[in-house]
Amino acid sequence: MKEVKITIDGQEVMAQEGKTILEIAIEAGIKIPTLCAMPELGFTPGSCRVCVVEVEGAPTLVASCVYPVREGLIIHTKSERVLQARRIVLELLIASHPLDCMTCEKNGDCVLEDLAYELGVKESRFGRIERKLPLDESNPFIVRDLNKCVLCRRCVEICNEIQQTYAINFGYRSSKTKVIADGDNGLRYSECVSCGQCVAVCPVGALIDKAAQGKGRTWEFTKVKTTCNYCGCGCNFDFNVKEGKVIKVTSNPESVVNGINLCVKGRFGYDYIHRDDRLTTPLIKKNGKFEKASWEEAYQLISDKFTQIKKESGSDSLAVLSSAKCTNEENYLLMKFSRAVLGTNNVDHCARLCHSATVAGLAQAFGSGAMTNSIKEIADASAIYLTGSNTTENHPIIALEIKKAVTKNGAKLIVADPREIELAKYATLWLRQRPGTDVALFNGLMNVIINEGLEDKEFIAQRTEGYEELKKTVLKYTPEVVEKITGVPADDIRKAARIYATAPTTSLIYSMGITQHTTGTDNVLSTANIAMLTGNVGKESAGVNPLRGQSNVQGACDLGALPNFYSGYQKVTDSQVKDKFSKAWGVDLSDKVGLTVVEILNAAYEGKIKSIFVMAENPAMSDPDLNHAREALKKTEFLVVSDVFMTETAELADVVLPGVTIAEKDGTITNTERRVQRIRKAIEPIGDSKPEWKIICELSQKMGYNMNYNNPGEIMEEISQLTPIYGGIHYNRLDDGGLQWPCPDAHHPGTKYLHKDKFSRGKGKFFAVEFKEAAELPDEEYPFIFTTGRVLYHFHTGTITRRSKGLNEIYPEALVEINPQDAEELGVKEGEFVEVASRRGKIKAKVQVTEKSGKGVVFMSFHFHEAAANLLTNSALDPVSKIPEYKVCAVKIQKIS
Amino acid sequence: MTVKDIVNKYKNKRENLLLILHEIQNCHPQNYLSKEDIELLSKEIKIPVSDIVGTASFYSMFSFTPRGKYIIRVCESLPCHLLGAQTIFKAIETKLGIKEGETTKDGLFTLEGTSCLGICSVAPAIMINDEAYGNLDEEKIGKILDQIREKESKNND
Repeated sequence: MKEVKITIDGQEVMAQEGKTILEIAIEAGIKIPTLCAMPELGFTPGSCRVCVVEVEGAPTLVASCVYPVREGLIIHTKSERVLQARRIVLELLIASHPLDCMTCEKNGDCVLEDLAYELGVKESRFGRIERKLPLDESNPFIVRDLNKCVLCRRCVEICNEIQQTYAINFGYRSSKTKVIADGDNGLRYSECVSCGQCVAVCPVGALIDKAAQGKGRTWEFTKVKTTCNYCGCGCNFDFNVKEGKVIKVTSNPESVVNGINLCVKGRFGYDYIHRDDRLTTPLIKKNGKFEKASWEEAYQLISDKFTQIKKESGSDSLAVLSSAKCTNEENYLLMKFSRAVLGTNNVDHCARLCHSATVAGLAQAFGSGAMTNSIKEIADASAIYLTGSNTTENHPIIALEIKKAVTKNGAKLIVADPREIELAKYATLWLRQRPGTDVALFNGLMNVIINEGLEDKEFIAQRTEGYEELKKTVLKYTPEVVEKITGVPADDIRKAARIYATAPTTSLIYSMGITQHTTGTDNVLSTANIAMLTGNVGKESAGVNPLRGQSNVQGACDLGALPNFYSGYQKVTDSQVKDKFSKAWGVDLSDKVGLTVVEILNAAYEGKIKSIFVMAENPAMSDPDLNHAREALKKTEFLVVSDVFMTETAELADVVLPGVTIAEKDGTITNTERRVQRIRKAIEPIGDSKPEWKIICELSQKMGYNMNYNNPGEIMEEISQLTPIYGGIHYNRLDDGGLQWPCPDAHHPGTKYLHKDKFSRGKGKFFAVEFKEAAELPDEEYPFIFTTGRVLYHFHTGTITRRSKGLNEIYPEALVEINPQDAEELGVKEGEFVEVASRRGKIKAKVQVTEKSGKGVVFMSFHFHEAAANLLTNSALDPVSKIPEYKVCAVKIQKIS
Repeated sequence: MTVKDIVNKYKNKRENLLLILHEIQNCHPQNYLSKEDIELLSKEIKIPVSDIVGTASFYSMFSFTPRGKYIIRVCESLPCHLLGAQTIFKAIETKLGIKEGETTKDGLFTLEGTSCLGICSVAPAIMINDEAYGNLDEEKIGKILDQIREKESKNND
């Protein structure tokens, strides 16, 4: 673009022709006030007229946010004429704006207030006009006071163009113009998903965080930048702290992953921190009842018991469940505790239940099991194949990137999902496969690609091995054969295959719809196959991208909370690795691969595992076939649980230790795109609770092993020494957006996308995979397929989200989603109760009749203990990764009269 | 015609939204855009409800509350005002027992004001649905309304 010379306020500036005056002014450090424009989001409507400037030779003042610069412009941003115009705009605005600034929540952070102050506008010459619109308090999180609205359109812009929920718009006209939700209803009754993006951009007090009302003025808050602890997106935000309490969450525009975007859980779901049912002291069960205890008592008891059991039954009768909700440092310490102190590799965590198939499958095919691309690359992909991920609800911020790719950048989206997820609306093609038939569908796609000669021959020849074998297997799966298996029309398979193979960059995104099957590893191998076949891996915006569920499930895997790996996926069976850790930790280590989550519980059921230490996990809700899992936990001789609330698992424990939330500790967590980011302590631990890393250290000391760190930063130093992929991760490098592993040394900038010129394992490996049916299929007695997942408003076992007032208000109970046809045949209507039963258990829940579920398929989330979906699920395991089949089992449904 | 038929008639195109809304309103026995119709339309044409209502609410010819079968629009522009539009208003209000913006109990008439109808030469003027009436006075108004009532009661027999 051409460089031009312009003059702003007497200062000569070189600028790119075509940029707006506002942009150039920002670059030159000249402040032009704006009320409606958000240039950083590409929103410059030029409507508020506050940003007007004087351009010499122009007949009128111009709005700087829309006026492009050209050679020789002479601009005045603060001339008397400009200031006079701005004052009049202000006077017009405040004529109808309530002047209750003293009690307004926005006081101190209000653009209108700042402008009035700057321009010295004390009153309006136009007389007062009162709008007297009623307050909209229908939404549990957001209060709308349209009397204060200045009609800048920022909220409408972010809702419609970025969030793309289209809940609000301008309605009516002239003096009656106002922002309407749907057909002018309360926000609660509209399409609104309560993300609060509108609250983040509102320049005045028209949109307010409901829960924070009256709890502090802007200037009283200390802002602590941290990373969200819900899903794996890894959004950053600021905790606003006053007098030792987290009052609210606000966006931090410097966040790399999310900018100012946040979802409902991230923005409004942290009120659980100060719930009064937090665990505040250690508890020891005596005669079936919990009694308060001191830390010393608790440590002594645990130490004695663990030592005794280790002596009597051997190290491998102990097991540890680590946590994807805890920090990298804590996961590292806990696996160290397990291996160095207890002496067993029986350490695992809930990644087993969500993405162990990814770790197993992608490690075999590529050499490492993580998202190959970064989140920001999604928006630039020319095609996206989304399968087994209800991204809108489970990874809301990543869904925004997908929507951006489709609606702003013209990407083609193919959705392959048995459920009509929200993103199906954005899809060029929606393939509704029968649950559990993903391998067949992938083979069908590859069949078309090979038959039509669309494969990337060069990539296959140079960078892969095992192609001929794959080809042989895949050629059996013609679109017609696959249509019979999956129910997806053969023509759609052809169309999808062509899009996948011919787009310049295709990003494959998947989640637990792919992994949570007895064929989970096969499914993952298939994703790798199709990506390599079309040369769509190792490139920017093209790759295989598993979305990890929990905030630190990537990190918990990275740091070796797995029975077969030390940190950085170093094998426990490798003697060199073992020697390295043995030397560093000063103990002998076992080279026997340990047990996985479900195997640990099965062994506990059989009495082979005597004791389990559970850190911030809730297997009594999250594991499949809950009756069995709960029985197993009860059978342990000694169960220790550390958590922030009394969970279903903690209820069964002998000792409960009070842990802390992310607001109360320092550390790092690793998001789904391998980005290691800081969490920062905002408040002191509640009551007598302690950060988990301290608990592990103190317990180790008690058991006679010297584990002593002053802070988590020191733990990271040890991690970086022992873990090649984290080799360059140091706290002083993480302040500016974190680092993406592999980051082998202190000068490495981190890795944006994986496998650029070479796969981690050398050549990428094709695996010929045959289709296998799910372990349990519907039959006459149990005629429905039952599939599980999450909803936007809750997280996992509901321990924290169901304690969040607003989240629980908006989504208070479990719903069974049933197709309208099935509902009619069963004679049930929306809102009626049904009993859903499998061979393993039964639950009662409310019916939601929806086209989202295909005929013969019912869906339920697993957040609700009173209708725990996992009482029904099948604990049949994938033979390689040992992931249970949460996504398919057979159930029957009966109306409850 | 159903909402779906109307959307198809206008080729499911966003640029035809106003025509579609008019037709949906006209097809509704109560002469308005019901919540149900708007939701159906939103699904068919794939335009969010907030966008449809945002568009429709800009225009005074659309209503979101039920109205009568006959909508009487009294011209409120200057020529009609000078020639007695207020008298016409009052005459109708008295005759039908409703005020501006209201609908008669039998669901037959709704009374509205309107900006210039463009037939100032015959002021004061009104429109009843698509028919225009000019050179009005109290007596004429009475007759017009009686005729409609008569026609309607015959239709019902």
